[in-house]
This record gives sequence, C-alpha cells and structure tokens, in this order.
Amino acid sequence: MAAQTLYDKIWAMHEVRRDDDGTRLLYIDRHLVHEVTSPQAFEGLKIANRPIWRKKSILAVPDHNVPTIGLEKGITDPVSRLQVETLNQNCDKYQLVEFKMGDIRQGIVHIIGPEQGATLPGMTVVCGDSHTTTHGAFAALAFGIGTSEVEHVLATQCLILNKSKNMRVTVDGAVAEGITAKDIVLRIIGEIGTAGGTGHTIEFVGEAISNLSMEGRMTLCNMTIEAGARAGLVGCDQTTIDYLKGRPFAPTGENWDKAVAYWQTLHSDADAIFDREVHIDAASIEPQVTWGTSPEMVISINENVPDPASETDRVKSGGMQNALDYMGLAANTPCKEVFLDKIFIGSCTNSRIEDLRAAAAVVKGRKVADTIKLAMVVPGSGLVKQQAETEGLDKIFIEAGFEWREPGCSMCLAMNDDRLEPGERCASTSNRNFEGRQGKGGRSHLVSPAMAAAAAIYGHFVDVRILDRNN
Amino acid sequence: MEKFKKFSGIVAAIDRPNVDTDAIIPKQYLKSIKRSGFGVNLFDDWRYLDPGAPGESNAERRINPDFVLNKTPYDHAQILLGRENFACGSSREHAVWALMDFGFKVVIAPSFADIFYNNSFKNGLLPIALSPTLVDQLFAELEQQQDYRLDVDLENQLVTNAVGFEMPFEIEDFRKYCLLNGFDDIELTMQHADHIKAFEAQYYKKFPWL
Repeated sequence: MAAQTLYDKIWAMHEVRRDDDGTRLLYIDRHLVHEVTSPQAFEGLKIANRPIWRKKSILAVPDHNVPTIGLEKGITDPVSRLQVETLNQNCDKYQLVEFKMGDIRQGIVHIIGPEQGATLPGMTVVCGDSHTTTHGAFAALAFGIGTSEVEHVLATQCLILNKSKNMRVTVDGAVAEGITAKDIVLRIIGEIGTAGGTGHTIEFVGEAISNLSMEGRMTLCNMTIEAGARAGLVGCDQTTIDYLKGRPFAPTGENWDKAVAYWQTLHSDADAIFDREVHIDAASIEPQVTWGTSPEMVISINENVPDPASETDRVKSGGMQNALDYMGLAANTPCKEVFLDKIFIGSCTNSRIEDLRAAAAVVKGRKVADTIKLAMVVPGSGLVKQQAETEGLDKIFIEAGFEWREPGCSMCLAMNDDRLEPGERCASTSNRNFEGRQGKGGRSHLVSPAMAAAAAIYGHFVDVRILDRNN
Repeated sequence: MEKFKKFSGIVAAIDRPNVDTDAIIPKQYLKSIKRSGFGVNLFDDWRYLDPGAPGESNAERRINPDFVLNKTPYDHAQILLGRENFACGSSREHAVWALMDFGFKVVIAPSFADIFYNNSFKNGLLPIALSPTLVDQLFAELEQQQDYRLDVDLENQLVTNAVGFEMPFEIEDFRKYCLLNGFDDIELTMQHADHIKAFEAQYYKKFPWL
C-alpha cells in the first residue's frame, strides 16, 4: 500500500462511497451543535419530516449568545434568548445531549468537546462553526460546515465532499522561552497568508509542535481556518493519549486498550507525499501581534507597523491602507507604542486552563494600567472556571483589576453584551481581527494570553519576555 | 432549491481582498432563527452610517452614500465582483442567505474561502473563480461603464458580455448538476441510505468504542 498522510488515513476510514465524478460521501462520527447555526437546520428536518440519523453522535451547547455576567437574570436580550431557547427545545424534542446554561459543563463548544473526551483520535468531527478545526489537535479530521450541511449530517450522518490536498507545515527546532502556540500559529499565518491553506488540510509537525501540550495544539489547530485551510491536524502521540484518559466520553477498559492501539497508528507514514510543504524556523519566532484587519497582518513585538508604500502589488497595498485607516494606525509605528483601551482573555483559541495560568503568571502582584477601561477574563467552560478558582487564579486576576466572568464566546465576536465601542482598541486572545468583529468600529489586535496580560499591565504592547513571570 | 437559469445581470464590485463573512453579515443578525430577511443587512457596517440591531427597522438609519450597493444601478445588481479569498472567516451560511436575499445570483472572484464556496452551492448561489488577470479586466471594464452587465450561462460554463467577450469557467460536475436541476443534497444522499447502514455495520464492529 502506498504511503499515506494522516489525512488520507482518516479519510479512507470514513469514505462511505465514491461516485464516478469524484464526489464522495464521508461518514461523520461527532457532530457538535450550538445555537447560532442550528435552528434553520432543525427547522429543515421538521419541514421534511426527517428523523435524526444518529442522536448519539451529537453534543450540543449554547455558547455564542450566553451572557458572561449576571447569569441569575438569564439572557435579557429577547432575540438572543429565543435562539438559546430554540436550541433547548430542539434538543429536548429529539432527546439530544445538551449542556444547558447553568450546567457546570457548559462552555464554548470547542472547549467542551475535548474537555469531555467527546473528540477522539481518528474521528471525523463537524460543527456549524469554522473553528471546529480546533479538534484536529487530537488527530481527528475536524472542520466547520454551513447550516445546510448541519442539516445534512443530522439527516444522513454523512457529508458530500471532495477531498482536499495535503499540506505539511514543519516547525523545525524548539521555540524560545516565552513563545506560545499562539505565536507559532500567527507566525505561520503571516508566512502563508489567510488564503495560504485554501483547498488543503494542513498537518503540523516538528519538534516545536510535538513539544506543545494538548491546549497548545488546540490553539494551533483552532487558527488553521485563519490560514484558509479546511482542517488542521497534529498526529497522535503519548501527550494525546494521556490527555484523554479518564475523560467522561472517552472509552474505558478493554475498549480503551483497543482504541489506544488504533490511535497509535494515527500519524503520517514516513514517506508520505504532501502536495505542499512549508518550513518555519522555530527559533526565529518572537511574540506576535496583529496590526491590521486580517490575521495575516501580523508583526513581531519588536517590529514596526508596515508601510503600504513599500508594497508593490496595488490591491495588497490598498488593502493595507484600508486596514491602517480602520485601525487608526500610522505606518511605521513601533508595535510597542500601540496603546490599548480594553483587554480580552478568552475565546475558543485561548481560554483553557493553561492559557489562564500563563496570563495569571504575568499579572500576579501587578495592577492593570489606569488607562485600560476594561480588562476581562472569560474562561472557556464552567469546568475551566472551576479549575482556575481552585488554583486561585480568579483572585490574582481580580486583585490586579481584571473582571472574572462566566464562560462563553463573549467578546471574540460580541454576540452577547461584551463588545468594543467604535474606535476602542483591544488586545485580544481571540482569532479574528476583522473590521467590526468585536463591535462596530472596534479595533482588535490578536495576541497570546501572556502578551494580552502584559499589555493590560503596561497599557500598551510590551515584549512579555522582559517581565518576571511568577510561575 | 430553485433551478439555476441562464441570466444577464448588473455587476457591482467590491475592490478589496479578503472580504470576510463578518463584513458580509455582521454577527448581531445571526441571532435570527430564520433563513430569510438578511438582505437589508448585507454589508451592514459599510452600508449604513448608524449601528443596527436585529429586529429593528433600517428605515431610520443613515445610509452611506459612498457604498456601492447604495447607488443606482448597483442597488439591483445580481452579480458581485470581488477580489482574492472572498468570504473568508466564519462558517455562517447567513452570508450566502444575505447575498441571495439582496438579489445576487453570482459572485465572481479570483478565489473563495472553502466553507463559503460550499455553502453557496447548497443555496443556488454560483461562485465563479476566474484568473486574477480576468478579474482585473472586469474591474477595468466596470470602471468604464456604469451599468456594466454580464451574461452567465451555467450549462455551457461561460461568462460573456455584450461586446462578445467570452470567459469559460470551471465547476465540478456534481455541483453543476445539482444547481441546474435545483436538487436537494439530502434527498440525493438518502438514496444511499442502505449503503450508509452497511458502512456502519462494519465500521462499529471495527471501532467498538465509538
């Protein structure tokens, strides 16, 4: 048998049929559902009077609309409330597993799937959400789908797909002290561009990747979509297996042993051929900060905001100027002289326990700068929040002047009340710096949790590595 | 889904790369539990000078007179011309629903984000990828002529204009077949239900922990 990539292996295990024209039917193991992209799909099922094919495959949770403060009042916005109630009704009607608001297990869909062991190596995982790529950290083929496809999976457990190409990103060597998965992935996106992975599934390999914890690998795969790739993958190793053991949805007993034996085969064959290869030198990666309105518009903390005049491509140069105008930045401004109004530590990219520990280590014993209007920490799930509180991280944040909130998507996309006002500038650990993403007219700079925490203390960006961290 | 028919339409252009789905339909409108009514909020942040909220009338909001879709004849354009990596970002199918609800039937760009590209076909919106050079040419022609129209013929995979300009485009056979016939994917897949069941029988024997 020809050498296979990890993507080829998972695909082959799930291919139900292949038509003459190349169209393939792929079987889906895990379907994660949230309130924003599912109501129209359930409505479609109802209209066509179709049953759900495999209820067991579904794990549902409300996350985008949930408030992060004043939960005792419920959701005050009637439009948001209706959307969450609609999810509850659909899950009750079809008897689906849902972690409702108030359940300690509720949180951001891409945090709770792995946390529960609902994402397992070798699975196909889908969700009506582009950041489903997160689950690729577990050697699972995971990608976001639209609402029509959500309905298609509910009704048939399959998707009609074309296979994408194989791309491998190798991060050679080890990263320097203080460099996180967020810096690695931002650097990769800066290198290949937001459309650099279009039509491809990216597998990440190399010493710097193997060294990452599962939390770090999830951050990495989470942002694969920002490089345009449909999915990101990291091969299964002992780190993966250790993370999964004992989680509620993970196999047990004899099944655990069988599963582990299979999972250990989930990596690309040594001589597998990739359609595209990219190499990044890990040692050259510095803390990253986005300056514009696309994640590819990224620089290191020790660089200056670029100048559109130095770009020869007319469309690109125009795009850079639009971004500078929107961001209210002058070309050539040193990154360290960019002052912030708000700090957001959260989102499916960076709200896991390790992220909160990294931010707390920077914040401990320090105070948020007076010029910062709001600094907030939004844990990714009720269980992450509980763990952080057990470790006393909440007190560290609160004493420094941060707000300690309830779990949800929050200001990553501002569908609840957490948002930027026009012109406000935010250091954010989320994944998108698009115009208006965090609120109309809001200006987002994407950074790691440690860099966001350091920016909160200084009021402007600083190289977090100059600070003593209280690990 | 409606069958995709040959048509001639006004072209409106948005001359910037990486137009994202947050720009196409901002998040507050995703709170709707319906598939319709998104057209008035298409490109909302660019189209209006005041902020908007779901369920609120847009009649009182000040429109941005400089934005292309607020100008005649582009307010009834059916073809949108864009740049690289069109509709990158989130998986929200609302972006497709908003474009179609406004009246767009075709989007032409050098490249599209994968999820948006997929979502388009599920709803009868045709995304056409043309080379950057051809797209440049279309932008240039549009600049010369205000009511620039293109004819789109899916059957023959051709984009043409009144002066005899002809551009062939690629589309996968299955997608073309579904668009031309207005076929519902789920109905097609359900024809293979026995095949899926047979797959499951062997699959769960092999992976008993799933």
